[in-house]
Amino acid sequence: MDTVQTTILQDRLLELYQQEQEAIRGKATPFVNRLRKHALARFREKGFPDTSQENWRFTDLTPLLNTEFVFDFSNQSRHMDVDKIFTCDVYDLDTFSITLLNGWFVYKHAPLTQLPDGTIIGSLAKAMEVYPELVDRYYGKTVKMETNSLAALNTAFMQDGLFIYVPEGVKVEKPIQLINIVNTEYPVFLQPRHLIIAENKSELTLVHCDHSLTHNISFTNTVMETYAGEEAKVSHYKIQNKGRNSALVTNNFFHQEASGKLYSNIITLNGGFTKNILDVTIAGTGCRSEHYGLYLVDSNQHVDNQLYIDHREHSCYSNQLYKGILDDEATAVFSGKVMVQRHSQQTEAHQNNHNILLTDEARANTQPHLEIYADDVKCSHGATVGQLDPEAMFYMRSRGLCERSARQLMMIAFAGEVVSEINIDALRERIQHMVEKRLKGELSICDQCMLHCNSKEPTTFNIDPGKL
Amino acid sequence: MLKIKDLSVSVHGKTIIEGLNLEVNEGEVHAIMGPNGSGKSTLASVIAGRELFTVESGEITYLGQNLFDMPAEERAREGIFMGFQYPVEIPGVSIANFMRTALNEKRKHLGLEPLTGAEFLKLMEEKKKMVDIHSKLTNRAVNEGFSGGEKKKNEIFQMALLEPRLAILDETDSGLDIDALKVVANGVNKLKREDNATIVITHYQRLLDYIVPDFVHVLYDGRIIKSGPKELAMELEEKGYDWIKQEM
Repeated sequence: MDTVQTTILQDRLLELYQQEQEAIRGKATPFVNRLRKHALARFREKGFPDTSQENWRFTDLTPLLNTEFVFDFSNQSRHMDVDKIFTCDVYDLDTFSITLLNGWFVYKHAPLTQLPDGTIIGSLAKAMEVYPELVDRYYGKTVKMETNSLAALNTAFMQDGLFIYVPEGVKVEKPIQLINIVNTEYPVFLQPRHLIIAENKSELTLVHCDHSLTHNISFTNTVMETYAGEEAKVSHYKIQNKGRNSALVTNNFFHQEASGKLYSNIITLNGGFTKNILDVTIAGTGCRSEHYGLYLVDSNQHVDNQLYIDHREHSCYSNQLYKGILDDEATAVFSGKVMVQRHSQQTEAHQNNHNILLTDEARANTQPHLEIYADDVKCSHGATVGQLDPEAMFYMRSRGLCERSARQLMMIAFAGEVVSEINIDALRERIQHMVEKRLKGELSICDQCMLHCNSKEPTTFNIDPGKL
Repeated sequence: MLKIKDLSVSVHGKTIIEGLNLEVNEGEVHAIMGPNGSGKSTLASVIAGRELFTVESGEITYLGQNLFDMPAEERAREGIFMGFQYPVEIPGVSIANFMRTALNEKRKHLGLEPLTGAEFLKLMEEKKKMVDIHSKLTNRAVNEGFSGGEKKKNEIFQMALLEPRLAILDETDSGLDIDALKVVANGVNKLKREDNATIVITHYQRLLDYIVPDFVHVLYDGRIIKSGPKELAMELEEKGYDWIKQEM
């Protein structure tokens, strides 16, 4: 481990904060700015996470931080025709679409929209100007900076991101789609910040797509705070299709009040380095919290899914199902922890992680973990790391399928268990299509990009079932 | 159609089949009987192309071709079908999807156009009727959570769809109740044609009440020690395998 390099970047960031304070603070609310100081102190104290920490044991950030990043804290939020550079592959999905370019809100019409039902969708930077009280009431409440120094770093430096406010009882009909694009000519270190508020009895579906339109090095350290009030239904889909040189850390903090329904599904199709942290606080009784994930990685891609479900109240249900297929020298980490607090009786919690390794070099580290302090609970966990069943392979071949088709069918079926949990028909069909393309080696990260940059990087990654 | 000459097969250095000879012609039904461990399932697996076994000597020709030059999938596309003693569960892969892929790979091999989804569905319904499978079995994942009887019916259904020239049914009757047994036997009888052949491997005579073989062979210690007409099966049932051993 190269602690020197991470210290260099840490020192540089601390220095930059002093130099660029005015730009960073921008028009943020005084509360948000006060929180920066506290956050910066946490980051100064803890630094970047390293492999000595349990949650980062198999995920080493050090090589990624050893880059001469270019920092630009000037406000880059602006009007532009986003369709010219990118169209989403989920084209038949009728959504309210929002784009972030290099962490800044770019818009066709306005930076902030209020729908007739009172729902507010738009730029967080703008929301801090227009609705400071609303932002202050929820901002920084669910993020855990004491245990997560990257979340602290984001809190110190954040400037813009997505802001959604759904008033009590409002059901937002169309899914809101956030398209997060990175496109720069130099290595960047980005820290977008999202704040999602779903008041009591409201309903919201967020489809969050991460893409890179550049082959330059980028490091994105995202924090998303989601507050779901009583009986609120919040669904969060995340599709990650990023280039080899992009590193993406997403710190997802969810807070669930009584009788809420929370759903998440994270599909990682490509990405040089991906870490998803899902931290769910179940703060009320009668909640359902379902979390699915699928990762399909090859070459030397690395994906790490870290989940923490904190059952703080009784009579709640949570479920985690993460599945992955790894080819070449790809590596994956799953660490799922369920915490059942002392008085959280009648908790039902399940967690499962299954991996298929296509080569001897691919590696999956899986750590399902239950910590239970209540005595009347129903909990289970399971993990497998294996290869495709050779008996099934022979069975299929004996019906005339070549090995390649047999593997593809089995892999598509394996992934299908997660994809079938997607509740929006158009999105499920689209993701199914993308997953199939990915498993047939036909999905490019350039598919949706309109730039046609004639990249030297191979345009299709290839999980090759023919070589097992 | 199938000629096995002086076949010897081992697994992990242990000889299972030793000097076996068998000839199967078009239009014939052969029954291979024998006690446990006599090499019945090994013979089926070797014909189907399982790589687990080592062919020590001998040859198998199928429709004039050397079978050992063909990988398992090619044998299947050329019309060999093995009904498994223990059909394998393939989680998440629907029977319809599996069979459509199998059929189209076979058609491609034979230089035929692939079936469209609609054509395949129509064919599937026809074959379901033909082999008396009325359930929604075909919407389910291959063998996943199937009962023993359902698994075997599914084997016969697959056989009906793939229309093999040579079908080898490896103890398809084991663990079946009489109704399931009838469905399986019925399927085999209905699929019988002038230009195809069936090898039924069984432990008991019971299945042969429904599928009438032209020849019965007794496999013992890796070789066929007695062959005869269908009556041989009844004699075996009555007198047991010890009778043959004593005769030797």
